[in-house]
Amino acid sequence: MTIYLPIAELSVNIFIILGMGAAVGFLSGMFGVGGGFLITPLLIFYNVPPSIAVATGANQVIASSISGAITHFRRGTIDLKLGTVLLVGGIAGATLGIWIYNVLRTVGQLDLTISLLYVVLLTTVGSLMMIESVNAIRRARRNETPSIQRAQHNWVHRLPFKMRFKKSRIYLSVIPIAGLGFGVGILTSVMGVGGGFIMVPAMIYLLRIPANVVVGTSLFQIIFVSTYATVIQAVTNHSVDIVLAFILMLSGVVAAQYGVRVGQRLKAEQLRALLAIMILAVGARLAIDLFVPPANLYSIAHAGAAR
Amino acid sequence: MRLVAALFLSLWAVPAAFAEEVDRSLEPEVINIGVSSKQIAIAPDFAGTDVTVFGAIDHADEALLKNGSYDLVVALEGPRDFITIRKKERVAGVWVNRHSVTFEWMPESFSMSSTRSLDAIAKPTELYTFNVGMPRVKIVPSTFSGRAAEVDEYRNAFLDLKQRSKLYQSNPSGVTFISSSLFAANIHIPADIPNGTHTIRAVLFKKGIFVAEKQIPLEVVKTGIEETITFAATQRPLLYGVFSVLLAVVTGWGASLMFRRD
Repeated sequence: MTIYLPIAELSVNIFIILGMGAAVGFLSGMFGVGGGFLITPLLIFYNVPPSIAVATGANQVIASSISGAITHFRRGTIDLKLGTVLLVGGIAGATLGIWIYNVLRTVGQLDLTISLLYVVLLTTVGSLMMIESVNAIRRARRNETPSIQRAQHNWVHRLPFKMRFKKSRIYLSVIPIAGLGFGVGILTSVMGVGGGFIMVPAMIYLLRIPANVVVGTSLFQIIFVSTYATVIQAVTNHSVDIVLAFILMLSGVVAAQYGVRVGQRLKAEQLRALLAIMILAVGARLAIDLFVPPANLYSIAHAGAAR
Repeated sequence: MRLVAALFLSLWAVPAAFAEEVDRSLEPEVINIGVSSKQIAIAPDFAGTDVTVFGAIDHADEALLKNGSYDLVVALEGPRDFITIRKKERVAGVWVNRHSVTFEWMPESFSMSSTRSLDAIAKPTELYTFNVGMPRVKIVPSTFSGRAAEVDEYRNAFLDLKQRSKLYQSNPSGVTFISSSLFAANIHIPADIPNGTHTIRAVLFKKGIFVAEKQIPLEVVKTGIEETITFAATQRPLLYGVFSVLLAVVTGWGASLMFRRD
């Protein structure tokens, strides 16, 4: 059964889109990630224009993050003050991101930049995750307890404008927190990702924020920044495809619930190794596409004088 | 002497008068065209269709009509916009959009029918003068600094892309005479014809010379839920964006409520 996507101007098979949403939703439930970084490349593989894939991805991220955020809010594992500082940086970053997105689109380098950024990001994150999980599996085989090497203080803790975050029990400069939010905000606008897979490790290892508040607080930031990015994309570029987003989120949120159950039964380090393989595979596929000669060297773009 | 002069004059005058009669016998030819409705509503499952444009030639020379000296070119032109053509080149192994050219006010769709192929109807200069045939290009000067040959390259690439997507079409046998002066032009409307005001333009040639033209507008209006969405996305973008977010919130929240018990 085909369905017409009005904004992407593309007829697609509804079951493929449902399947895509379900697969990513399942994985996101299993691994506790938002899934935006998988949705956007998959849509690009399915010939959805990258600009639409990014804006629609940002919309889908809201749906996949909201139930987790509500759960964390009920449990009281969101540091609202910390989240607000992240959010201020995130909104500023998302604004700059939209500006970068529009400049790239005008000069015709948006699609290439999105692909390149995904290749770099997926390869880096996938490799790091792979190394870390292989080490963890080895340690588990030798029955070692993981050694937590927490350096007492790093350069981050010498920065000015310190603020006390009671819930996280930390006393930290707002510069690295807002800076992290800023960087992730740019990625939300340009790549359509929530950015949890960058924010969570950075908060744990760089900012040394206690792990129990990290996920909830990052979800808090992701929801508001994705909301902002979705609305701004809709207003400035008309690139949010609500039909595509709705099909993706519908199957995604249901599959995520089953993903969570399966995830609870598997070992964490094996899960991470699996996810790392998937991320690397998606990155490799995007990289190959960059080097393969295109079917047509020419492409048409509306200069937009009349719209 | 006067008689000789008169004869002489008439000898010169006769061929001139004869030629005059061929060009405009009594009054110049006029063409009129019509379609059954000024508006086409396109449903979501629209897969392309043919429309027939009827027309008549007034003050036509019967003899010339009979021997097929009249030719017609009828085209449906879509709304116009500036269009940029980009060309990819290999840079360090990666395919990158390197050069681009922007054309002014190109029709988004173009469907043309004629009695014969265009090069059989008139000379290229005549076609060019009266702007008949596949759309000409006019380059936005600031976007181009290359050689003239490259303009052709980009124009051909543009026409090729448009023809591949079936948005530009031509049918060299789509116009037929039903009676001596009545003609019907068969014009194909592609599945993804753009919304907006289109123009039907009919041009009449006599022995390869432009004699008359007529234009009428045709509104293309898409209907259905897809069109409502496109309208909302482009005309009410803020509302559309906020609604997209709310839909995501409700979907995400709803799923977590449904599966809450465990």
